Amino acid sequence: MNEGRKEILQIIFILTGLVFLVKLFSIQVLDNKYAELADSNAILREVEYPFRGLIYDRNNKLIVYNTPEFDINVIRKDIKDFDSAKFCAVFQMSREELRKKFNEMRARKEYSPYKPTLFIDRLSNAEFARVQDHLDDFPGLYVQARTTRSYTTKALANALGYVSEISKGQLERDPSGIYKQGDYIGQSGIEAYYEEQLRGKRGVKFKLRNVKGIEKGSFKEGAYDTLSVPGKDLVSSIDIDLQQYGEFLMAGKSGSIVAIEPSSGEILTLVSGPSYDPNLLTGRNYSSNFVQISNDTLKPLFTRPLMAQYRPGSIFKIAQAMTALQEGVITPETRIRCDRSIIGCHGAHSNEDLRGAIENSCNPYFHGVLRRMLNKGVSNDPYEDTRIGLDEWNKHIRSFGFGGSLGVDLPNEKGGLIPNSAYYDRAYNNRPWKFSNIYSLAIGEGENLVVPIQMANFAAIVANRGFYYRPHLIKAIGDEGALEKYKEKQFTTIDPAYFEVAVDAMQKVVESGTGQYRAKLQDIIVCGKTGTVQNDPLPDHSVFIAFAPKDNPKIAVSVYVEDAGQGARAAASIASLIIERYLLGETKRPHIERYVLDGKFL
Amino acid sequence: MALVILGWFNIYAAVYDETVSQSIWDLSLNSGRQLIFIAASLVIIMGIIIIDMRFYEAFAYVAFGIILFLLVLVPFIGKEVGGNKAWIGIGSFGVQPSEFAKFITALAVAKMIGSVGFKMDNFRNQLMLFGLIALPMALILLQKDTGTALVFTSFVFLFFREGMSPFLMIVGICAAFIFILTLLIPNQLYLHAGILVGLVLLIILGKKKLKRITVLTVGAIIIMGVIESVDYVITDVLKPHQQNRIKALINPDADPLGYGWNVTQSKIAIGSGGFFGKGFLKGTQTKFDFVPEQSTDFIFCTIGEEWGWFGSFVVVTLFMALLLRVVFIAERQKSRFARAYGYGVVSIFFFHFAINIGMTIGLFPVIGIPLPFFSYGGSALWGFTILLFILLKLDAHRGQVLQRL
Repeated sequence: MNEGRKEILQIIFILTGLVFLVKLFSIQVLDNKYAELADSNAILREVEYPFRGLIYDRNNKLIVYNTPEFDINVIRKDIKDFDSAKFCAVFQMSREELRKKFNEMRARKEYSPYKPTLFIDRLSNAEFARVQDHLDDFPGLYVQARTTRSYTTKALANALGYVSEISKGQLERDPSGIYKQGDYIGQSGIEAYYEEQLRGKRGVKFKLRNVKGIEKGSFKEGAYDTLSVPGKDLVSSIDIDLQQYGEFLMAGKSGSIVAIEPSSGEILTLVSGPSYDPNLLTGRNYSSNFVQISNDTLKPLFTRPLMAQYRPGSIFKIAQAMTALQEGVITPETRIRCDRSIIGCHGAHSNEDLRGAIENSCNPYFHGVLRRMLNKGVSNDPYEDTRIGLDEWNKHIRSFGFGGSLGVDLPNEKGGLIPNSAYYDRAYNNRPWKFSNIYSLAIGEGENLVVPIQMANFAAIVANRGFYYRPHLIKAIGDEGALEKYKEKQFTTIDPAYFEVAVDAMQKVVESGTGQYRAKLQDIIVCGKTGTVQNDPLPDHSVFIAFAPKDNPKIAVSVYVEDAGQGARAAASIASLIIERYLLGETKRPHIERYVLDGKFL
Repeated sequence: MALVILGWFNIYAAVYDETVSQSIWDLSLNSGRQLIFIAASLVIIMGIIIIDMRFYEAFAYVAFGIILFLLVLVPFIGKEVGGNKAWIGIGSFGVQPSEFAKFITALAVAKMIGSVGFKMDNFRNQLMLFGLIALPMALILLQKDTGTALVFTSFVFLFFREGMSPFLMIVGICAAFIFILTLLIPNQLYLHAGILVGLVLLIILGKKKLKRITVLTVGAIIIMGVIESVDYVITDVLKPHQQNRIKALINPDADPLGYGWNVTQSKIAIGSGGFFGKGFLKGTQTKFDFVPEQSTDFIFCTIGEEWGWFGSFVVVTLFMALLLRVVFIAERQKSRFARAYGYGVVSIFFFHFAINIGMTIGLFPVIGIPLPFFSYGGSALWGFTILLFILLKLDAHRGQVLQRL
């Protein structure tokens, strides 16, 4: 009865052996997955993070640098005799926070009790120094160092931007495949615009490691290793002292200050008020600070010099004058009666020539000028005539850099708006329109929209008598100069000779016109133009553009202060203080500075 | 013998650390100690050969009693290693009585089967046999050493050979099969339906005797009961780590960093070996501790990684040869005691071999039992040595059996 049972057992044994061999063959020889997994297990691709490039100001003062920060990782399996009371004391956290940290850690997707998992992130140097000596008491905690951005001053936050961990969306959109989860990336400002130059190149070291991530030597003697290349240092055109002074003046106000060196297009100062302390957006409290700053109703993250689109107001009259001269519809000697029936005016004057009209900011004069430009009688149809005139006008105005972005080296620059016939066709839904519908353009009101940096650029154009360089913030990248596009002269469509008229008139504005009380400097000829932009029902915006000195100008400025009334007050004061500080290195008119700081302009 | 030496080299490889150039002879390492164990086992072999063969049969029950006594003692005086309290400490070395319980039980079982008047199909005798293996099993279970306890179930192979109805073995295999099927197929209704269809088919196709129909129906109901009990067993009877091991078997990728770690890492280590392996001492997975217990229960990973499929083939073939050789030896025994003992040896070796290698490549749940002659550990090595060499001693004197009669 037991016959054959021996054979049955033998067959079972042999079958088992065969099954094993087949299975082994399939996972060892046929399936490469396991070999790859083994490599990713044992070969640690240790990334050597490069130092992000530093940023200096135009006088080689350091603005942005790197400081170390520390992440604490945990290997759960290695934790022994965890003394939570002591831990809480060392790390200065409550038991609830500790419990929350542990729960957060366990909830992470990549969490494994066998591998290092992020536990506490972004300890600053000082915080780390405090806990460093106690780390030995907590087996299972490991330290990972990396660097974060630090700032020598609180100034220039908006232009510098900030650096933070790359978001999921950015990671998905990134075509280069350079970034990995957890990497830092410039999120705005210079940090974002020059990300490619600043980030440098990561180095890679292939190391053998054991299960705890402890290194066991290099892989194939480092044959595949590469060194990290630090990011390029940037030299900014910003004068950080002037920038700080500008922010000091702007405190408590909304608006912007832009100063440009006319001969190069280099931006000397880019103040956006209100701003924030850039140090808030680095380190451990980044998230909570970011929420706070981005929820601020005054929008400190909104870079006003580039993104706020305003009506330009009376400063626009200079552009009108240049355009009209070029079109030949007026000469500098043309007089137009100050007829206040259609459009209001201010001050005592009645029949000025072009220079006088600019100095007195005569509204009816420029109403008349625009009428002559738009209705030249090229066509008998008054509607068609306006269309032709408007599009010619648009071409000239746009050549001043208005109506489109200037190409500043910062993200999210807005272009403003200079209307053309197509725009009004859309606005009027193809119903007819003519000059009487759109005359507010004449004095910089109406549909015109301009951003503050365009105003400063316009001041630079007048200072240069007819050309400009695209405004930019970075004058040198590593050993090279600024980007190529900032080295090309941009010409307006206006004959340079006509600009002398504008320069003379702007000199008059400051000497004896609206700017005489707060913009005049003792030894320097300042040329400027005020603007007061309607902002019903709130107070008017205060606007001033200027450049100085008259000959061989060194600085062109635009100041825009929201809800601050006449341009001759807040804006003119600030602009002149900036010019004074830049050219003389000091403030000789403390009463004007006090007036600005007090902020009672209305 | 070849297995022993290979095992020794592999233990060395498993614990070898490049940063310190350690010698394979270093006594502080597992490999060095294993060498001592090997030497000791040589002494044991000598002893076994010197002792008169009749001793084994005569003292089988006495030894069984002693080992039971030791097993009872272990929970009280034992020291804890890896969560199991299975060791009795003697100086810095410990011994595991449960390892020796295997061969002693094999002897006792063989003696019972070989005793005059013993009949396999006698229900009372069957009960006594199961009692014989259930006693040490229960005691070892008390030490929480489930793996070793399970080894004793392998005696069903022996019983099968010695004439017990295959019914038990088949039922056992079926139950395990159904158990796993239930885990794989989420909707139990399908299983129930399948069993009913099978039952109806069997009744219609076979002879329509009342007894047969009754047996089949009862069988089907029992199977359905097993299915229903699976959830209960999984969640309520098994300990969490055992539940996880079964879950890891069904779906190792569900939690590769948690409970699936052992199997996942073990498969990675073996799978990365390729055809010829990475070479002696070149294994990264086993050497850098990715594989847990790499010199004991997961020693096969070292073989798979460093020697590749070729090495695995050699090892598996050696084991097959060993098993078949032992079967051959057992079959040529003239006494029933010796033959039964031979099958006991085969059963234990087979169980260890199948479960150990099976678990490292993810075919069986993780059960912590060593690979014979390979895994580090004195008690286990001595246990297997004794197990095998008693049989060889019996075999050497098989002629005397006749003379004695």
